[in-house]
Amino acid sequence: MASQDDSDPRLARIASSIRVIPDFPKPGIMFQDITTLLLKPKVFRDTIDMFVERYKDKEISVVAGVEARGFIFGPPIALAIGAKFVPMRKPNKLPGKVISEEYSLEYGTDRMEMHVGAVEPGERALIIDDLIATGGTLCAAMKLLENVGAEVYECACVIELPELNGRKRLGDRPLFVLVEAV
Amino acid sequence: MAACKEKDAKLEAIASSIRVVPNFPKPGIMFQDITTLLLNPKAFRNVVELFVDRYIDKGISVVAGVEARGFIFGAPIALAIGAKFIPLRKPRKLPGEVISEKYDLEYGTDCLEMHIGAVQPEDRALVVDDLIATGGTLCAAINLLERAGVEVVECACVIKLPEPKGRERLKGKLLHILVESH
Repeated sequence: MASQDDSDPRLARIASSIRVIPDFPKPGIMFQDITTLLLKPKVFRDTIDMFVERYKDKEISVVAGVEARGFIFGPPIALAIGAKFVPMRKPNKLPGKVISEEYSLEYGTDRMEMHVGAVEPGERALIIDDLIATGGTLCAAMKLLENVGAEVYECACVIELPELNGRKRLGDRPLFVLVEAV
Repeated sequence: MAACKEKDAKLEAIASSIRVVPNFPKPGIMFQDITTLLLNPKAFRNVVELFVDRYIDKGISVVAGVEARGFIFGAPIALAIGAKFIPLRKPRKLPGEVISEKYDLEYGTDCLEMHIGAVQPEDRALVVDDLIATGGTLCAAINLLERAGVEVVECACVIKLPEPKGRERLKGKLLHILVESH
């Protein structure tokens, strides 16, 4: 696990709190497990603080968190910067009127949904998930927000898997991550 | 007296920010939608603060959030009181070794899982979810924690459905609810 910026001591602790589980959910995949980070209150606090420090004066009015691990990191950030929290969910979970965006998986497709009316045109949004792999999920979230006229300021994740080229899939949209899985 | 009035005003604002969506997920069900509360940063902050005020001096070392909406409220509470955050998840989501607890649905059963080693017998836990209906999910959560030797101090939910009336405890554990739906 490599840190983006070796000079911040918090990053080393964040990186070393993440547990790697081999062969989950299937053989060959090294799963980056953030639940062990959540068991260390100071490290969880540091993780949130690093995002809040970056975004607090950027006039962000929406934090969109991708189900389900984005629901752990997104709300504390939203609360700290005074933004709305908007859950981006799997199909049929959100009860009101939704808009949806299909995205491709390794095999097949999935769909992400957002409530109609949650975000107004012109709002500045941050998208949060625990990890970026291929970038498919984040792309879908970006499209949903851009389709309602929001400006996606940045995508932010705790972990990046650089070999999967997610950054490229996001195109010119900014991506900020705390640690890279090597 | 002023503090009581202030708290009542907060609770009223919280209650009125919850949207009721009829006939979701099926005909006859009045779904209590907390996503509209999350769009109101002040109301969301007040929910978290009301829970934090109650639990900050109770020696709680673990906040267990029930997937997925329990993550949204549980994580900020855990951060504020300096407790570990434990996601309790649907089957096959948690990557490490887990213990599982089955519970009844209206038709059929479901399962809740917790990572082995996330909690220790000396931990004192709070269980958080957005809403309590039949209590099946929360019971499963309590069972998981107790099987790991943990003392469950209380269950905390934003909303309680009107039936069963006057319920104050679940499996002998105190229930703390902010608002009751109509």
